[in-house]
Amino acid sequence: MSDLPEAQALALDALVARHAGMPGPLLPLLHAVQDEFGFIPAAAIPRIASGLNLSRAEVHGVVSFYHWFRQHPPGRHVVQVCRAEACQAMNGVATEEHARKCLGVDWHGTSADGQFTLEAVYCLGNCAAAPSAMIDGQLYGRVTPERLDELLAQRGKPQ
Amino acid sequence: MSIKVFVSRDAAALALGAEETAIALRHAARQKGVAIEVVRIGSRGMVWLEPLVEVEVAGVRIGYGPVTAGAVPALVAAGLFEGRAPGALGPVEKLPYFAKQERLTFARVGLIDPLDLDAYVAHGGYEGLKRALSMGGADIVKEVSDSGLRGRGGAAFPTGIKWKTVLDQQTDRKYVVCNADEGDSGTFSDRMLMEGDPFTLIEGMTIAGVAVGATRGFIYLRAEYPHAAVALREAIEIAKKRNWLGRDIQGSGREFELEVRMGAGAYVCGEETSLLESLEGKRAEVRFRPPLPAIKGLFNQPTVINNVISLASVPVILAKGAAYYRDFGMGRSRGTLPFQLAGNIRHGGLVEKAFGATLRELLYDYGGGSATGRPIRAVQVGGPLGAYVPESQFDTPLDYEAFTGIGALVGHGGIVAFDDSVDMAHMARYAMEFCAVESCGKCTPCRIGSTRGVELMDRIMRGGTGRAGDIKLLEELCDTMQYGSLCGLGGMTPFPVISALKHFPEDFHRDRGDNTAKASEAHHVLP
Repeated sequence: MSDLPEAQALALDALVARHAGMPGPLLPLLHAVQDEFGFIPAAAIPRIASGLNLSRAEVHGVVSFYHWFRQHPPGRHVVQVCRAEACQAMNGVATEEHARKCLGVDWHGTSADGQFTLEAVYCLGNCAAAPSAMIDGQLYGRVTPERLDELLAQRGKPQ
Repeated sequence: MSIKVFVSRDAAALALGAEETAIALRHAARQKGVAIEVVRIGSRGMVWLEPLVEVEVAGVRIGYGPVTAGAVPALVAAGLFEGRAPGALGPVEKLPYFAKQERLTFARVGLIDPLDLDAYVAHGGYEGLKRALSMGGADIVKEVSDSGLRGRGGAAFPTGIKWKTVLDQQTDRKYVVCNADEGDSGTFSDRMLMEGDPFTLIEGMTIAGVAVGATRGFIYLRAEYPHAAVALREAIEIAKKRNWLGRDIQGSGREFELEVRMGAGAYVCGEETSLLESLEGKRAEVRFRPPLPAIKGLFNQPTVINNVISLASVPVILAKGAAYYRDFGMGRSRGTLPFQLAGNIRHGGLVEKAFGATLRELLYDYGGGSATGRPIRAVQVGGPLGAYVPESQFDTPLDYEAFTGIGALVGHGGIVAFDDSVDMAHMARYAMEFCAVESCGKCTPCRIGSTRGVELMDRIMRGGTGRAGDIKLLEELCDTMQYGSLCGLGGMTPFPVISALKHFPEDFHRDRGDNTAKASEAHHVLP
């Protein structure tokens, strides 16, 4: 495991210092780290552990438990497609299949050009306008395969 | 004076283009030289009309919808701002979908700017807390108990009993935790409330704190709800500035601090003890009970932990009295529940009704039948752990006990409709797969049972001579999961599986051949 570049290490230490005093600091800190780096780098774990007086195993256990935390850098855009029942009732399975096919990846994979990471989510709370997807934090309803093509094209995916 | 135009900023409306519509309205008004004020509101809950545009004409809000950004110029030219453009829906509050509801908890959602504290107070906000501040803790708890309010997250445990247990603990530090980890598919009432009227939740939590003697609260919000996070954090800052939160609330000498904490995509955190583990910064593994969270909860201290809608129903109970709330509903299900119509439904959205309405009423009178126009074959009520209900049971009243009586649950009030193209064996397989993905791993029936359940469903769907034995094995597995799991995730996953098998056996006895079975397996996302 390589150590973090110095600038990243400094940024990380600042985040750790900012969170260390709060009750139950680990999840808020991991969110802050992911917001900063796009994922939780393996090299960040020992620093987080020592900053919060936890073991590396405890921190790694938490990172790997939660679906939201990524252990690898994502593509430029993160595409989250809902797989839950309400979306399935509106043929969301077709959107799921189309997403995997047109990006050429399986769930949690990143397209060969590094542009798109595809993630499965279980409910975005938009169940009255299913199927739903979220791209870079932006929510979309009634995402048919055709609509998904439009949304990906807007983000520079060649047709 | 400028014309008031209302456009929702609810995530569901934004997902359908409400932001672009609001921009187009401002632009069109400038071009026309008309002064308008675009007020961003929560959603009325009529999602099929979003983006819904409401124009105030002589004090009445006239609706148009859905209005995409592209449709705005023509509508404005035809007199939208004067309420004269053709295609008007009429006064929004007179639309039957809206007018026939009993909106107690959602009274202000879609009516006011969610972050306008003055509008909140002008529409009855903080009346409940004002009254609570003049009462003793025991009297507040009694009021909540007398209202008959039961946990709206799904478990339907009497809220007053939880509060009484915390009140009775003699410790220096207690907590109020709001379970806003609304992970059930087909549910969005928590999200709509938090985005559309966040002060109601803040007021409800403050009342809980005052009642039981807790001075610190946390809202545990799921990471998939970024819009709600922004709304809540802004509302908390406003409430602090205006002295509705902090060290000396409105000069009462009472203290309550509140903070939003984000979840990280774990469905199991909807279970209260795993949520507490997560708040403490650990893997969200379910705790053994006892001790109850009310006795040893967050950081080992007595903790009130309630769902968003439970807490958001408290202000109206305190403001109007327990009897007012209790007078709605039937049997032991008192008050109202915001039902959510989702999935394959024509008029999807939120309908707050007193308990006792039937599923058929909601699906057809409100929902207008399926979106695809095909017959509704199955309805899943109460989220991914809820049973699939067949048409023959659509006349069951929505009441906790009546639904338990048919082997189903009301849960958090999510209603997901499926038309006759649904493959119920696939849905049963999905229920097991979801449990396998989301299991916290602490107990064996859930962790291993769900994976074995997926394998069994694959064999059953493929067909062949072993099917009868496999179905029997599936039933036994469900029995083990239901009675042997530590929490509701493993314990209730059998509900959708067994109800699908019971009501739609033909789907379990159809040979799909290897290709279809493989297609189903291709969706496997187990790590």
